[in-house]
Amino acid sequence: MGYDWDFATILQNWPVLWVGLKGTIVIFLVTVTLGLSGGLVVGMGRYSHLKLFRWPASTFVEVFRNTPVLVQIIWFYFAFPLLTGIEVDPFLAAVLGISLNTMAFSAEIYRAGIQSIERSQWEAGKAIGMTYAQTMRRIILPVAIKRVLPALTNRGIEVFKMSTLASVVAYVETLNQAKLIADLNFNPIESYTAVALIFFAVLYPVVQATYVLERMLRKSDM
Amino acid sequence: MIRLFRCGVCASMEWNFLAVLSDADMLLLGLLNTLKVTAVALAFGIPLGLLLALSRLSTLRPLSAVAAFIIEFFRTTPPLVQLFWFFFALPILIDVSMTPFIAAIVTFSIQSSAFFAEVFRGGILSIDKGQWEGAKAIGMNYRQSLQRVILPQAVKRMIPAFMERAIELLKTTTLVSTVAYTDLMYQANDLAQKTFRPLEVYTVVAVIYFLLIFVFSQLSIAVEHRLARSGESTVR
Amino acid sequence: MSEILKIENLHKQFGDLEVLKGIDLSIQTGETVVLLGSSGSGKSTLLRCVNFMETPSEGRIYLHGEMIGQQTAGGVRYRELELCKLRTRIGMVFQHFNLFPHMTVLQNVMEGQITVLGRTRVEAEDKSRAQLDRVGLLVKADEYPARLSGGQKQRVAIARALAMDPDVMLFDEVTSALDPELVGEVLKAMRQLAEEGMTMLVVTHELGFAYHVANRVLFLDQGRIVEQGEPRQVLKSPDSTRMREFLDGHSLFKLPD
Repeated sequence: MGYDWDFATILQNWPVLWVGLKGTIVIFLVTVTLGLSGGLVVGMGRYSHLKLFRWPASTFVEVFRNTPVLVQIIWFYFAFPLLTGIEVDPFLAAVLGISLNTMAFSAEIYRAGIQSIERSQWEAGKAIGMTYAQTMRRIILPVAIKRVLPALTNRGIEVFKMSTLASVVAYVETLNQAKLIADLNFNPIESYTAVALIFFAVLYPVVQATYVLERMLRKSDM
Repeated sequence: MIRLFRCGVCASMEWNFLAVLSDADMLLLGLLNTLKVTAVALAFGIPLGLLLALSRLSTLRPLSAVAAFIIEFFRTTPPLVQLFWFFFALPILIDVSMTPFIAAIVTFSIQSSAFFAEVFRGGILSIDKGQWEGAKAIGMNYRQSLQRVILPQAVKRMIPAFMERAIELLKTTTLVSTVAYTDLMYQANDLAQKTFRPLEVYTVVAVIYFLLIFVFSQLSIAVEHRLARSGESTVR
Repeated sequence: MSEILKIENLHKQFGDLEVLKGIDLSIQTGETVVLLGSSGSGKSTLLRCVNFMETPSEGRIYLHGEMIGQQTAGGVRYRELELCKLRTRIGMVFQHFNLFPHMTVLQNVMEGQITVLGRTRVEAEDKSRAQLDRVGLLVKADEYPARLSGGQKQRVAIARALAMDPDVMLFDEVTSALDPELVGEVLKAMRQLAEEGMTMLVVTHELGFAYHVANRVLFLDQGRIVEQGEPRQVLKSPDSTRMREFLDGHSLFKLPD
């Protein structure tokens, strides 16, 4: 190929990259926590028999699943402050966009899980005097969540990848820093290859773990 | 529509959609480009995905391993990183002139092919082993079995997953705005800066994306129902 | 003997189909009543109305003399909270056991006591072990339901219902889904319960059980009680033709004496 790969500059700029990595991890943890827990609430709303809960939940899910995440992030960064007068920094914009998007997707995952529980389990809970809430909490959700764990893990992986979108609104994460290094040192090849390798190194084991999880679940009796 | 937003907080602010409407052709161009990128990426990505899937299923260990690596690599690395790499890094590596469009096509063809490969693989594997044996027993070779017996059955099952992936691709193309390709997202940024009305511009663009994707989603659900009624199960 | 359960003019409709067409029934404390009938006769529906797994379309149900629900101008209204409390006093065992797969046998039996009755863990555990012992499954306390045989699962289900200290036990074809050789252990547990004085309402196809254990046998046909009386009378010399037809169908391939 005739190109001299030189990762030395990358290693020299490690501190710069490290700041980015921390940014990635922070935004990942925040968005995945908000997204997956908020999604449970919305998912139960989607499943509810009461229109009062179901309609807002369904609207929320449709809106945030059918618009691209980048559009959501940029909307929150530029449009939202004008609408509400609240100041939005890059972090907040990215958190809002990615979390709400994740909530919508995970809501559907949870709903599918809840719907997969046999009706007879609801009856068994009812027969010993449990209310809807007690049955949901003690009998249905534990098994439903276990069943959708692979799908939720996949969502988590997607969220981790979405963190790079925050760089578009200049949030300091890995890709943002890589661009910085590339622009200053004129070595985009090493820079972006390094980022790709970092993500691959982090996510590949997680993906493999998901396959194992799926296999374990198929073998269990739940 | 303007009256809807007369809430306490935003009463002080004026909505002005005229600015957006006057430059509607800018947005239309963006929309067409978005669809163009998606369509071209699909046109390359689907056959490439089939190729990868067949390689992955191959009994030749090295081929299978390479395909597996490509699939995993392009599924676990963020699309934006891939796009930057193809746009900034590749031209230096192999000395080609790179345009945003080419970078977009290359990135999303390969990226979507990795996901399509998994859909193909799942679909093909879901066909009963007995079908391969039946084809073999009447003297078909691998290609014939695949083409005449396996794929026709598998394709019906894979359609919902395909449509889901295609819609995902449509959403992912917004990334091309970051390398200055004039898709809908890029035009939105441009227009917002020009008119100083980010709220109206971005809201309108969000609505356009929503309508576009919502319509495609509903279409895909309708197709799924049609398939379910005709007796074909939908493999997930 | 006092009256524990009274069913008055019970009707149940599913859409256009009326499954129960006016059931009147009075059950005394300690009685074991067996409900027989062909499929579609409404026997399971009747059972499920007693603990309000199905809501009656018309009619009233009384437990210990108290009417369940409130009489309003538009009919009887039932509040979900009241029904939940009712279901702690009426236990039910299902055809397909419906044990909770994510809990051990012991946890299954403890669950209702802790979550619904508010008993302490210690109380609940002691009670649960006692009930499991009563059905002969104490040794399986720490196993998960998946590892039990059908007969064992059903006995755990019985223990789970008993742990709530119900006044009445409902059995909905509890042996129909079991391999024939496992049926015996479940019927044995039910007989023991009957002898200990539990009020039981049993829907079953096991005529032998009805004959030997029931105080009273009811035959339902097309949503009505067509025949009612002592087992010996109903099963050996029934009055109605429908009952005779039913019995003939059941004894088509009997072993010769």
